[in-house]
Amino acid sequence: MADGTIGLWTVPLAVFGGAIRVSTPFLFVSLGECITERSGRINLGLEGTLVMGAMSAYGISYLTGSPWLGVLAAGLAGSLLGALHAGICSLPRVNDIAVGIALMLFGTGLAFYLGKPLIEPTAPRLPAIDFGWWSDIAQLRAALRINVLFLIGVVLAPVLYWAFRTTRWGLLIRTAGESSDAARAMGYSVLEIRLKATMVGGFLAGIGGSFLSLFYPGSWNEGLSSGQGITAVALVIFARWDPMLCLWASLAFGGAAALGPALQSVGITSGYYLFNAAPYILTLAIMIITCSPKRTLTGAPAELSITR
Amino acid sequence: MTIDTADGVEAVGVAPAADPGFLQRHGTTIEYILIPGAALVGALAVFGVFVALFGKNPLDLYFYMYQGAFGTSFSWQNTLTRAAPLILTALCTALPAQLGMVIIGGEGALLIGALAATGAALALPSMPPLVVQLAVVCAGMIGGGLWIMLSGGLRQYRGVNETISSLLLVYIALAILNHLVEGVMRDPASLNKPSTREIGAANMIGSIPGTDVHWGLVFGLIAAVASYILIYHTVFGFAARVAGGNIRAAKIVGLGVGKLIMTICFLAGASAGLAGMVEVAAVQGRTNANLAAGYGFTGILVAFLARQNPLAIIPVAVLLGGISASGGLLQRRLGLPDASVQVLQGIIFAFVLASDALYGRIGFLKGKS
Repeated sequence: MADGTIGLWTVPLAVFGGAIRVSTPFLFVSLGECITERSGRINLGLEGTLVMGAMSAYGISYLTGSPWLGVLAAGLAGSLLGALHAGICSLPRVNDIAVGIALMLFGTGLAFYLGKPLIEPTAPRLPAIDFGWWSDIAQLRAALRINVLFLIGVVLAPVLYWAFRTTRWGLLIRTAGESSDAARAMGYSVLEIRLKATMVGGFLAGIGGSFLSLFYPGSWNEGLSSGQGITAVALVIFARWDPMLCLWASLAFGGAAALGPALQSVGITSGYYLFNAAPYILTLAIMIITCSPKRTLTGAPAELSITR
Repeated sequence: MTIDTADGVEAVGVAPAADPGFLQRHGTTIEYILIPGAALVGALAVFGVFVALFGKNPLDLYFYMYQGAFGTSFSWQNTLTRAAPLILTALCTALPAQLGMVIIGGEGALLIGALAATGAALALPSMPPLVVQLAVVCAGMIGGGLWIMLSGGLRQYRGVNETISSLLLVYIALAILNHLVEGVMRDPASLNKPSTREIGAANMIGSIPGTDVHWGLVFGLIAAVASYILIYHTVFGFAARVAGGNIRAAKIVGLGVGKLIMTICFLAGASAGLAGMVEVAAVQGRTNANLAAGYGFTGILVAFLARQNPLAIIPVAVLLGGISASGGLLQRRLGLPDASVQVLQGIIFAFVLASDALYGRIGFLKGKS
């Protein structure tokens, strides 16, 4: 095969590359939300956390010259927003879904406010590892330039799966999510467990945001996230609160999101916007197929307001 | 006062008729005004501190906010023009809330309503304006209504969470809008900003005589009052509130919960669709991506601040319309980024939700004297 002329193979290749590249934010947000929801709370504000993470990562990377410090800053910003969510939710009679909507507004607003001066400058980006060095095909090499964050996410999913099943912390989070009475009877503070779970969830979602601004698309602007955060929250529901399923679902979503640009690159431009909406349509379709009015979802934490 | 539970809620709710002190009779009402009001003041104070961190004088901030929102007749008109769609999109959250549903997809219904309204106007090129206007109103309401009914139907018949489905439908609505506006509905003359053709000056709904405020405000007021009457003074509204309070009780007494959900969701979506129609037929004159200006999302905040009461939505919408109207002045005079309005909205929202914890806990309103 002569290089550069692979014709229509570009599309599946771009979808494959996109699945790896675009899925990373989905993966981090959904793993974070998975931890939070397992503890019995839903944080819809992760959309705001994602944008806030993207902005802080870009800003810190620009100021310090180190993209990894940026990633750390994004995580810290995310866990602060998580603490805010958990703090408001721990007051009596406060609806966690509504608080999530408020923090979605607040997080994106704050990121746009603070990020205004960051639209112009260019910050150092995260490095990528070249797994495609053996190939002559430019598209394949592009698809195989993989970011370290993606690899961390891929490792994190089985680690979380294992941690939920076997560690003391995993058991505590699940207890708080299944029955707050049981956790209380064991002498643990449910509010404290949920606070920590929401902060860790926010940390991961913030890192997901740092990927957006520091790797792909790799710049900061106000249109950076278009609902990836909220899609990832929905993704957790049909991943049945299972970290491994979150990984596969994120990859499928990344592929779906890459479909529009991939088709455009081979000249199919009609329906570009509809293909861009593919992840949302996919989410909705899967929710329609897998949900049922007659039973609660299998694997759903019993304390979760969304399933009651 | 004998019934004083640990929680305090019931004590306020069923204040006995004996010893009818003013506070005891009106304690709940006063709470509904006092607590959101205090939350609003608290949020403004926090926003003042936030702005002070960036070296701006908070007193200037409050002054310009007042000036930009309610200071002159021009700013009043600007405020009321923005309040109109906010009333309508807030109803999109407040009506389903009576059934205990959290619908946050008003923005999507607004976009679909705008598209349907534009489509109706463009499909009737040589009709008299009154016919076109009537068709535009109906199309906007039906378009938006069906869009939210989709969320309601998915919840009722498939068990899909309505909060998430309605939000996903916002992004899908935006994609449909972009697809049509860049495709079959595109006006070839719109080069930089793809748009549909104009619906025609004769078909625009115009301003209320003597003002620059368009008729959309009147639509909003009528919709809010009608919703209030529907919810609090009809059997249908009573059934909806029963179902919202206890869905199993509603089923046991034989209420058709499915029908209630579908009807309420249609009305909610129709209201947001009307907002989209108003934006097209009174402001923009055509459909393009400008319509996704966030009225749907601010409407959620309005509904929560008004505690989902359709009448209370009117003053709250005017207040938040005023805050967003003052954004331009804040940008020009204080050099604040345009996102500062969004930051303030987020802070207000957080404060209002946190203040939910205060109901029934304010000592002097419990009438313990």
